[in-house]
Amino acid sequence: MTRFVERHPAWALIVIIAVAIALWLIFAIWPPGLEEAIGRKRVFLNAVFNGITLGGLYFLVASGFTLIFGLMRNVNLAHGSLYLFGGYVGYAISASTGSWILSFIVAFILTAMVGVLLQVIVFRRMEGQDLRQTMVTIGLSIVFADLMLWACGGDFYQIQTPSWLIGPVDLPLITAIKSSGEPVYLRYPLVRLVIFAASVVIGAGMWLALNRTRIGMIIRAGVDDRDILAATGVRIQLVFVLVFAFGAGLAGIAGVVGGTFQSLSPGEDIRFLLASLVVVIVGGMGSIPGAALGALIIGLAEQLGSVYIPTYAIVVTFLIMVLVLAIRPQGLLARR
Amino acid sequence: MSLAHDARVTVRPATMAQRPARAWPEVNNPAAWIVAVILLIMPLIANSFFLIEIFATTLILGTIALSLMFLAGYGGMVSLMQLTIAGFSAYMVAVFGVSANTNISLGWPWWLAVPMALTLATAFGTLGGALAVRTEGIYTIMITLAIGAAFYYFTNQNWAIFNGHTGINTVATPHFWGVNWRADIPFYYVVLAVAAFCYFAVEYLSRAPFGLALQGVRDNPRRMAALGFNVNAHRVAAYAFASFVAALAGVLQVWNYRQISPGSVSVGACIDILIIAVVGGITRPIGPFIGALIFVLLRTFALDFLVRLGLDGNRFRLLIGLGFLAIVFWSSDGVIGLWQRWRQRQGLNAPSSRGGRRHG
Repeated sequence: MTRFVERHPAWALIVIIAVAIALWLIFAIWPPGLEEAIGRKRVFLNAVFNGITLGGLYFLVASGFTLIFGLMRNVNLAHGSLYLFGGYVGYAISASTGSWILSFIVAFILTAMVGVLLQVIVFRRMEGQDLRQTMVTIGLSIVFADLMLWACGGDFYQIQTPSWLIGPVDLPLITAIKSSGEPVYLRYPLVRLVIFAASVVIGAGMWLALNRTRIGMIIRAGVDDRDILAATGVRIQLVFVLVFAFGAGLAGIAGVVGGTFQSLSPGEDIRFLLASLVVVIVGGMGSIPGAALGALIIGLAEQLGSVYIPTYAIVVTFLIMVLVLAIRPQGLLARR
Repeated sequence: MSLAHDARVTVRPATMAQRPARAWPEVNNPAAWIVAVILLIMPLIANSFFLIEIFATTLILGTIALSLMFLAGYGGMVSLMQLTIAGFSAYMVAVFGVSANTNISLGWPWWLAVPMALTLATAFGTLGGALAVRTEGIYTIMITLAIGAAFYYFTNQNWAIFNGHTGINTVATPHFWGVNWRADIPFYYVVLAVAAFCYFAVEYLSRAPFGLALQGVRDNPRRMAALGFNVNAHRVAAYAFASFVAALAGVLQVWNYRQISPGSVSVGACIDILIIAVVGGITRPIGPFIGALIFVLLRTFALDFLVRLGLDGNRFRLLIGLGFLAIVFWSSDGVIGLWQRWRQRQGLNAPSSRGGRRHG
């Protein structure tokens, strides 16, 4: 952090000012002039919260993608299919047993198993051939998409939110002052907040596992130089299978989350594949903190964009990607 | 060698006609002559359904895939946005030209709208390429896929220019010299002429100094940079040329269907172009056309075929996906590679001219 400030004082200043403005916009009571100019504070705060929680979902999808890429140099373009598969599994479980938590567990296990199969049957056979692996994942995503369309049809599914998470909560953020002088607090759906908290916990857990445990050390070493790591006697193939399973499982969990706050339908796989591509391009490929930062930026840009400039929202996302590529082609937080 | 010199070659590929005939590998190949004659007399053989739905569509898709083949085969850059460029060009024809959506279309005559569309689409593709060459290999796939997907979602969201998810309908097609150029037979010849032009342009470029330098860049960018070539400029120029080819195909596509909507530029369609090129073979310009023929035949007849086998006819994409997987697994050179290996196994050596021009 201090190194960044020392090396790029101008950028640091811009970041600090931006953060200060954002904090002021969130916590202060807006003066009437501002409300006239850009609309009500409630709309803004809702967009910000939607953006942050959507960022949490994007992080879940993209972190698995970036973990797999970082270790195995394998751009898994079937990652969106794993997301959708997890979502459908979660829907089936929650519809048959009524348990939301169980649907997460089963979705994680089943998608992780698909990931293991992919790694063992497909990717191990073509190690080191990046382009061919990528093509294979494209072929697989077509096959999976069609199989899922076959099995589940083209309908929209939504996973039932459990009763203890339904309903809004009051947040200690004032959106406006009534004429009687009574403050109005922001009301926000509890389930989204819980899901966001869970993704933060998962992210922090991943960071701890990567930086504080033995398996994390092996994975980090593998990201840096997997040949030398294999030469030191680590069973690299086992590590590959575990990482692939975990990354795929995360996509499965994200599918359940996405099925709860949005809906599941054919085409969602591509949407989330695109989201994770943009997130990891912005954040830096192979970097977990990068995925978190990228997910937050893209989630916020998408939601704020769709509120304030509805027909050009996707262009904002895209422009962010272009800007990052122009200034820092390796991504914001990549080490390379 | 400066790129300016090479770039001049790219913009006038027509000069190839003046080269000595022995420079063309097709001239001594009887199969090529037979194919050319069959293509020319096709309107006598095929009915209008086959002429347009199969052969013209094949040639259009093949031309888009050809632009990908040029980038991937000679430049080593797998770009998934070639269909997006074609779609952009098609949208521009609809926006500048005449269509049923009078609130959007500017109503320019086709001879003004088409050059405008080609210019804008080439500029769009070149910009995208300039972005993509900042990274390499698999990153290029990711970035071009992101560009393609962003364009798809943008056309869906934007009503002012792209008319949202309904797209632009009843696009006017050219009528001049007393000919309706969208009537089946004239349109087939227009498509054939454009496809042949693009095919020979790619073939010529692959042996021109620019193409050779590009292949050098593909094989060893560092060494080429050390030799004084501007690696990135060559790559961007390759994108510019490929964008122009894709844009030409896009114009034909919008004339063919007379409408354009986000469905035609979807991510799935972008990936179809990659499938076409890879299935056909990305080492030679003929590959994309073979791939396109297989793809179009499958797309058209898989339904009947699957139903006849007692299977669900809607599983055509599954068939395509599995076929693509099989090709990627067993032959990195597509159908052409399989064919060549089969020929070699038969004890017949492939014609020497074929092997010779494989890498330019």
